[in-house]
Amino acid sequence: MRGDEAGDGALLRIKGLSKRYPTGDLALDGVDLAVPPGQVMALIGPSGAGKSTLIRCVNRLVEPTAGRVVLDGQEITGLGAGALRRARRRMGMIFQEYALVERLTVMENVLSGRLGYTGFWASWFRRFPRRDIEQAFRLLDRVGLAQMADKRADALSGGQRQRVGILRALMQEPALLLVDEPTASLDPKTSRQIMRLLVELCEEHGLAAIINIHDVALARQFARRIVGLRAGRIVFDGPAEALGAEALTAIYGEEDWSQTIRRADEDEMEEAAA
Amino acid sequence: MSAAASLPARGKTGFDAAAAARAWRPPPLIAAPWLRYAVYLGALAYAVLAFGTLEVNWARAAEGLERGLRFLSGFFPPDFTSKGDDILEGLMESLTMTVVSTVIGIALSIPVALGASRNLAPLPVYLVCRAIIAVSRTFQEIIIAIVFVAMVGFGPLAGMLTLSFATIGFMAKLLAEDIEDIEAAQAEAVRATGSSWFQLLAWGILPQVRPRLIGLSAYRLDINFRESAVLGLVGAGGIGDTLNTSFDRYEFDTAAAVLLIIIVIVLACEYSSSWIRRKVQ
Repeated sequence: MRGDEAGDGALLRIKGLSKRYPTGDLALDGVDLAVPPGQVMALIGPSGAGKSTLIRCVNRLVEPTAGRVVLDGQEITGLGAGALRRARRRMGMIFQEYALVERLTVMENVLSGRLGYTGFWASWFRRFPRRDIEQAFRLLDRVGLAQMADKRADALSGGQRQRVGILRALMQEPALLLVDEPTASLDPKTSRQIMRLLVELCEEHGLAAIINIHDVALARQFARRIVGLRAGRIVFDGPAEALGAEALTAIYGEEDWSQTIRRADEDEMEEAAA
Repeated sequence: MSAAASLPARGKTGFDAAAAARAWRPPPLIAAPWLRYAVYLGALAYAVLAFGTLEVNWARAAEGLERGLRFLSGFFPPDFTSKGDDILEGLMESLTMTVVSTVIGIALSIPVALGASRNLAPLPVYLVCRAIIAVSRTFQEIIIAIVFVAMVGFGPLAGMLTLSFATIGFMAKLLAEDIEDIEAAQAEAVRATGSSWFQLLAWGILPQVRPRLIGLSAYRLDINFRESAVLGLVGAGGIGDTLNTSFDRYEFDTAAAVLLIIIVIVLACEYSSSWIRRKVQ
């Protein structure tokens, strides 16, 4: 399931995307990428390769310098402020350090995913449609947090917070998830649980996802397609099984990769046995 | 002990750690020795010369001490009753002035604070709002009060305007600092949901600065009451007016009563505002 083979059926199409920061750093250098609907894709690469910049250029939290981003036939680059806000509702974002609003409750954080659909005063008085609140409770129950609805977000553990972060994105009824290092601050076991949950939820809701991730073993375990980014260019794009020592060297540079590859295979076998 | 002892005296590089340790001193505040001693000597010379020019007339001071004692004894016993109506009126005026000016000042300071936060406002708006803050903070309340008394006449309206104006500078500056210190990721996450700008403020920023907003408001209420007592001295109404009048009429016992009332209210404000600030942190 290669992006470039998906043809015109792609959900997200990125063409010649470049980003140069005011400091002069070229974070992205002509990236072309297509993601078909429902595909979970891992984006790997060393720190500073431009992974975060790439997904932030998709929903224009960062303004790209050049290139086009097209989601579901709509060109995101060049949208005015109002249209961009409406377009952002279709792209859920999940963050590295959860980025929950710490002083709001779990329920408020989940409901904040509906802000794009709700008027200002309705959201100020927390008067969301009954349907939204019901959906929020359904999702909270799905991830085992229904009892925590009125707890403050900062009272939760890391894994719980990231679940809330995922639900906030799902509440937007997105077509695409932009996921930025979802496991960076989690322990190995919780990391695997969160990745599994993400993949399951994507399947349940038919979502495509771009997951930035440092951990190569996790990427190989949970994503079928892997894209490698190095210095703002795509240097690898293929199925998880094709990611060998050669590809890793192309992405990260020279290193002994035999252990990394073996560990990922073991993880997959464990997964199959479980 | 074991770790240190087991290391050889000289490392592979021939570096002598013991000798380096003997020679080590904490780096001085001013690196250049000549500049360091010049600053020390200069400060000393200045202090000596300054003391030399001080003229103290001890006889005059002793005389003043005695007069001061007589003045203080006039304070006792404090008289709450004979000018009770005036005191009550001044007090109510002060309290009204305090509450109204705090509410107006905070309401006006919030948009200024938003504009004065570099992470929210574009540069021109930022500069305008910082200029408003600078003007409000440059002048001491008394000076502003004199201007307002000249503009709108004697009485509590001038005091109210003064305190509102001073509140804007105080609140907007401190609130803007807090807004600039928020966790950007939380606001970014709210923005990423497709929220509008006002929703970003209400959901991404307000929850992060609310404790500080409440704490500063309570603190400013406390400051405004204290200031309102002073503003009367330049004719801007309130309890300060009552105090000033009683001094002018040599009614020191009434003045003492007013001072005691001010002390009690300031203490009450102080304690309640610090209690509120503790609660919301």
